Amino acid sequence: MATSGILRAIRYHPISSRIAATYRSLSTLVLAEHEGGSIKASSISAVEAANSIGNENSVSLLLAGSGPSLKEAAEHAASCHPSISQVLVAESDNFTYPLAEPWAKLIHVVHQKGDYSHIIAASGSFGKNIVPRAAALLDISPVTDVTEISDSNIFVRPIYAGNALCTVRYTGSSPCMLTVRSTSFSVASTSADSNSKPASIDQVDLSNFSEDDAVGKSRYIKLSSQETERPDLGNARVVITGGRALKSAENFKMIEKLAEKLGAAVGATRAAVDAGYVPNDLQVGQTGKIVAPELYMAFGVSGAIQHIAGMRDAKVIVAVNKDADAPIFQVADYGLVGDLFEVIPELLEKLPDKK
Amino acid sequence: MKIMVAIKRVIDYAVKIRVKPDKSGVETNNVKMSMNPFCEIALEEALRIKESGLASEVIAVSMGPTQVVDTIRTGLAMGADRAIHVDYPGTLYPLSVAKILKALVEIEKPGLIFLGKQAIDDDCNQTGQMIAGLLKWPQGTFASKVVLDKEKQTAVVDREVDGGLETLCLDLPAVITADLRLNQPRYATLPNIMKAKSKVIKKLTPEDLKVEIKSDIEVVKVTEPPKRKAGVLVSSVDELIDKLKNEARVV
Repeated sequence: MATSGILRAIRYHPISSRIAATYRSLSTLVLAEHEGGSIKASSISAVEAANSIGNENSVSLLLAGSGPSLKEAAEHAASCHPSISQVLVAESDNFTYPLAEPWAKLIHVVHQKGDYSHIIAASGSFGKNIVPRAAALLDISPVTDVTEISDSNIFVRPIYAGNALCTVRYTGSSPCMLTVRSTSFSVASTSADSNSKPASIDQVDLSNFSEDDAVGKSRYIKLSSQETERPDLGNARVVITGGRALKSAENFKMIEKLAEKLGAAVGATRAAVDAGYVPNDLQVGQTGKIVAPELYMAFGVSGAIQHIAGMRDAKVIVAVNKDADAPIFQVADYGLVGDLFEVIPELLEKLPDKK
Repeated sequence: MKIMVAIKRVIDYAVKIRVKPDKSGVETNNVKMSMNPFCEIALEEALRIKESGLASEVIAVSMGPTQVVDTIRTGLAMGADRAIHVDYPGTLYPLSVAKILKALVEIEKPGLIFLGKQAIDDDCNQTGQMIAGLLKWPQGTFASKVVLDKEKQTAVVDREVDGGLETLCLDLPAVITADLRLNQPRYATLPNIMKAKSKVIKKLTPEDLKVEIKSDIEVVKVTEPPKRKAGVLVSSVDELIDKLKNEARVV
């Protein structure tokens, strides 16, 4: 949209003039994940982050995989964000699954050709697995989980479970490598500008690829996941979370019912996952998923430091807990001291259905 | 086969940290320090593998100032056979840690390296991946289950990934980083704490290992995160729904 373009120009103008003094040109490689023929939302957030590094940053997206879904994903990539100027596609059986060993080598190969100033990925399990390995091959310290980009080499990232914010300056040689927190770089839904020309799609030359001794030493066996129709936890507008107080997997279904009613994603505390109420990929916290929804409702969650780390940036936090002294009430916008076994049924009855 | 485990001394996970008034960092003086929880899990897994007869020796390794020896003693009391302390007074970033580990691997020649998936102070989640990259070994990060096959010289690792659990098969030697659900670490018993006092801790410096410590990251400042404005307690579900509808406008 035109207005967002103007806003962007205003926002980044002072930064770009400073960059001009230190860098000749900016070029960013974004490592993207794709699934079912389209680019994951978190990878598009990484493009948005690339955008805030500075003006006149040429952004290339790197995709790897095999088969027809790769082609589809490349086409989606070419038009999914107006600032992508090039889509690089690496097609090989080595990339059928996102293994770190071939990916790190691929980044090395692509960087040798493109000489990028920045390499970025979203800090999900994909980016966290791959970026540090690729960085070590290039003798570079990467910056994890960046929440703010203040300059082309100055970044803010949370440390100590988000209880402190650390501003770091990268002083090493290029590329500067980052993983970014996708909830901090959300993409306006209108950013897929229909007027903009789709980016060019180019194949990566993999002719001398297999020389790395680590490729082939790891083999993918399977992925076990539970299919769900609920929105993705990382991107949901509303998240409903249950803790240990739910007492059983059976009772946890109340949380799921409430989530269905609100069109929300379901989250859980470590205690609920450890007790086997829900699978591990629903854990919210320092070591689980980081969420920043518009509404976060926590039921029977005490509010340990490690859990707060994963949801403190939610716009509105609601806590329901029997214990009035639970630390969760210190971060909640609306707290209700009460028994969740009474409160949830009442909410189910009285809340309006999702639109 | 030897197993090497890297352990880190950090501020205890239950401590509410304080940012220094001069914004140079987080107060670590007179604060309770412990072994990083993920390192405990990594060490526990190595000990279990040794106890099942698949490894001959567990070597605990830690880096940092003199006080790191306390953490190393904890690791020895849990059951590590011996330890190496790489003495360095300053800040070590993951890349330097990985380079030191690589130098130690070349001396000790372990068949497996275990690390925690991240340290709860810097929250980097990098060291394991970096050491694997430097050694050109395969990596199994965020592991929640590890099964070794001695004959085939492989490790089958279940990994906690965004969409669920991914299973990989890695050729040994390999690097594995532990997630929370890999195991429940044991407590060191008093007799084992006493025994640990006679176990050997070899002291080295980065110079001994010919590793040059340089950093390409500079901390500009450390600040407190913005505080959330105080919330309200509501007295009923009706009041809560009313607030969400009319005040916060989120439902």
